[in-house]
Amino acid sequence: MLLEIKNLQARVADKPILKGIDLAVNAGEVHAIMGPNGSGKSTLAQVLAGRDVYAVTGGEVLYQGQNLLAMKPEERASAGIFLAFQYPVEIPGVSNMYFLRAALNAQRKYRGLEELDAMDFLALVKEKAKLLGLDEALLSRPVNEGFSGGEKKRNEIFQMAVLEPRLAVLDETDSGLDIDALRAVAAGINTMRAPDRGMIVVTHYQRLLSYVVPDFVHVMHNGRIVRSGGKDLALELEKQGYAWLEEQAAVGS
Amino acid sequence: MSATVIPAREYEERYLSAFAGATLPGGVRLGSTRQAAIERFGALGFPTTHNEAWKYTNLAPFLKTPYQPAPAAVFTGDLPAASPGAPRLVFVNGHFSQERSDTRVLAGLKLSRFKDAFTRRSIVDRIGATAAFAENALVALNTAMFEDGALIEIEDGAVLEAPVELLFITTSEGAVAYPRILIVAGRDSQARIVETYRGSGAAGYFTASVSEVLVADGAVIEHYKLQEEGEAALHFGMLAVRQGASSHFFSHNIAFGAALARNEIGVVLEGEGADCNLNGLYVTAGRQHVDNYTTLDHAQPHTTSHEMYKGVLDGSSQAVFHGRIIVRPEAQKTDAIQRNKNLLLSDGAVINTQPQLEIYADDVKCTHGATVGQVDADAIFYLRSRGIPLEEARSLLTYAFTGEMISAMKVESVRERLGPLLLERLARGGR
Repeated sequence: MLLEIKNLQARVADKPILKGIDLAVNAGEVHAIMGPNGSGKSTLAQVLAGRDVYAVTGGEVLYQGQNLLAMKPEERASAGIFLAFQYPVEIPGVSNMYFLRAALNAQRKYRGLEELDAMDFLALVKEKAKLLGLDEALLSRPVNEGFSGGEKKRNEIFQMAVLEPRLAVLDETDSGLDIDALRAVAAGINTMRAPDRGMIVVTHYQRLLSYVVPDFVHVMHNGRIVRSGGKDLALELEKQGYAWLEEQAAVGS
Repeated sequence: MSATVIPAREYEERYLSAFAGATLPGGVRLGSTRQAAIERFGALGFPTTHNEAWKYTNLAPFLKTPYQPAPAAVFTGDLPAASPGAPRLVFVNGHFSQERSDTRVLAGLKLSRFKDAFTRRSIVDRIGATAAFAENALVALNTAMFEDGALIEIEDGAVLEAPVELLFITTSEGAVAYPRILIVAGRDSQARIVETYRGSGAAGYFTASVSEVLVADGAVIEHYKLQEEGEAALHFGMLAVRQGASSHFFSHNIAFGAALARNEIGVVLEGEGADCNLNGLYVTAGRQHVDNYTTLDHAQPHTTSHEMYKGVLDGSSQAVFHGRIIVRPEAQKTDAIQRNKNLLLSDGAVINTQPQLEIYADDVKCTHGATVGQVDADAIFYLRSRGIPLEEARSLLTYAFTGEMISAMKVESVRERLGPLLLERLARGGR
């Protein structure tokens, strides 16, 4: 088992957001997490990456059998967890290349591997950029600064390709993209699908899932997973919207 | 009438008697300038925190030290790597060091020791003509006491192929040095000048330097001041500039060192279309205190200035930024931008930032802004989520904050030296 989430609860300030999440992800699987705004999808993604504005108040998360919640964000990343941000952060003054090399070498150091020198690293990023059809000019520009929405999301996928995580969590990677950018991003994600890699794709809409076909679909509402199914569940949601969740909640109360 | 505070005179008396007892170089003409300057120094006295322009900077604890001129010394330590082809004058404890200098000839440049130019009336007449000492006690003190320094004359139309480097190093405990620099840039000339101030280790000493720069019409001058004084040093520096029509002056003012440093820059844009850039970066830690006091005087129409000062403060260090912009009535179409951005790395660090705009013309564009903040938490998390450890993430982001100040430098050897130095400095922090 790659990731096992058991009854996970988290809050921000005094507000409970996650109210008992259970989810298991095996290597090779792609899980989509869908749900209306405010359901807690992005919080789940951020909690997995270790964002400290969220306080975990209950439950546990095992990553490759280890207690994930006890690990620092950088330790999680070095252990193979990657979060593609919904809103990638702009970092003026640091080039994409410098940033990625610092990240990759920090991870390699953590794993007891030798650091890559500038030449080997350059060869690696060029290969990955080519693989994803990324404009090489983006490499020397400061991280995300002045990037279009599409460029930022593609840059996230590019980072994923360079860092080669075991578990990728993609937080609304499709939001704000036009259809061409969406296709490009989806192609990048598909390139990264592998038998030894799990993915959690958080999305509000079904459209990304037409290109990145998930093995499992989960619906989140009000801090819980209320329904799970196969890829057809996404299509069903696309037709129905999320209104039924409210009705169901009203009936249940 | 309010009572006048009579400051204790003992600190000034030391310098007045040093002047009286000294045999200073220069003829009668320079002698009378020195006399006028020491009288102004005596009348003004060292600035105190009662003086509005020195409100946040207190010299008193340092002035207790009886700083004395130090004898010439042999300096055997490392010097920063020189730019290829660059001539370099080195001064140790205020005395010219022939063996460490490189007096190679550059086409279009006349580089001399100030001492060797005291017989030239045109030069002596320029002393104090740009850096006025009437209202500035420390400029007055330097003008009265200075013995040597550098004279840089650039011919009309000359484009210097390498920067001119000046190094002022103090090695003796309790020493005082008064470096003096005069830069006379001819019409349409282009040059880069790098002034570096350094000291050895823990020595407590005092540097009071004055640089005067005359930028003739159409000239393009890039000036660097790299203040890397020793950790117990007291540093005062004045950079006074007069710019002719359509000239460009670019100042990079970097302050890493000294226990207390006060840097003043005064630029008069006195020719139409003159353009000035003032870039500054101060990085302080421990109990350091750095004060930057800049004045941009727009005296003619269509003059532009861009000022950007950035600070990174750690420990219980303090910094002061005072940015004065004057727009004279005739200086229509002035375009002035001033920015001061500060990053506070600790709870104990203090920044005082103050713009002072005096605008007497009506068709001008003047903007200013100051920010004080911490390293962005979202950015730190972003780096950590990629595997970069917390401390490294923090110093990388701090370095990035300063990055534009370094990348704006055109002299490669300075850029390449300061980048790593800054990284090392930031990693060391205030601890």
